[in-house]
Amino acid sequence: MSGERYVAAAYVVVLVAVLAYVAIIAAKLGRIDRELDELTALARERQAPEREPVRVG
Amino acid sequence: MSTSSPNSRGLTLSLAAVCLLGGGVALALLWAPEDLDQGISQRIFYIHVPIALTAYACFGWGAWKALRLLWTRQERYDLESYTAVHQGTIFGLLTLVTGSIWARASWGVWWSWGERQLVLFLILFLFYSAYFMLRFSVDEGPARANLSAVYALFGVVLIPVSFLAIRLAENFIHPVVFTRDGPQMSGEMFAAFLVCLAGTLALAAALYTNELTGKRLDGRLRELRELLQ
Repeated sequence: MSGERYVAAAYVVVLVAVLAYVAIIAAKLGRIDRELDELTALARERQAPEREPVRVG
Repeated sequence: MSTSSPNSRGLTLSLAAVCLLGGGVALALLWAPEDLDQGISQRIFYIHVPIALTAYACFGWGAWKALRLLWTRQERYDLESYTAVHQGTIFGLLTLVTGSIWARASWGVWWSWGERQLVLFLILFLFYSAYFMLRFSVDEGPARANLSAVYALFGVVLIPVSFLAIRLAENFIHPVVFTRDGPQMSGEMFAAFLVCLAGTLALAAALYTNELTGKRLDGRLRELRELLQ
């Protein structure tokens, strides 16, 4: 392998590592976003006034 | 006291990292003169050395936060120290990989066990890798925080040893660039190196801020889930 290829390999390794790290952080933020949606729905459900039972018939 | 939010700080640091690293890599590959001794493979220096110095800086930052935890007993320093050590380990792994590629290009070998600088850096990396094993083998709480902080503080002792090893070695093939007489390179090379160093430090700071924000959000979500369920 020539010198140019080693230099390219070193820089590409760093670039790939940084991109992988950013992708991991993005996936984590996506999970947090989904969990937040879930908890917001749960909080709204609890806050909704309970309906009084009505006699049927 | 800082008035900027972690989000805006993370964005500013990310932009600074992209600009500095982009500029630094362009200077290193296109502007800096070629080394007479090593030829083109010397250009790995502009990414390898800044990454190694950034790894040391991250471990040092982690140790400083660990000291703050032991001193003040404030819980937030535990997460900050852990995040800094995590960053340092990532940069440490990149140092080993880029160094190995440079060794292969310059010396014809991927690794040399006879080199104290390389072996000591590997020991430093393995020491901090064991930090995670220790941390996750103990239940969450003050005991884990204290144990992790003491371990991170012990590790920081290895940094000057690793850094000075090359100067203490009698027979070495690893180049010495920074001596008491200053940097042994041309002005253009040194300028490109400084921009790359500023870029990797900004990158580490951006990743640290973003990772810390994510971990804090995660913690607050867990707390909220416990309150709601």
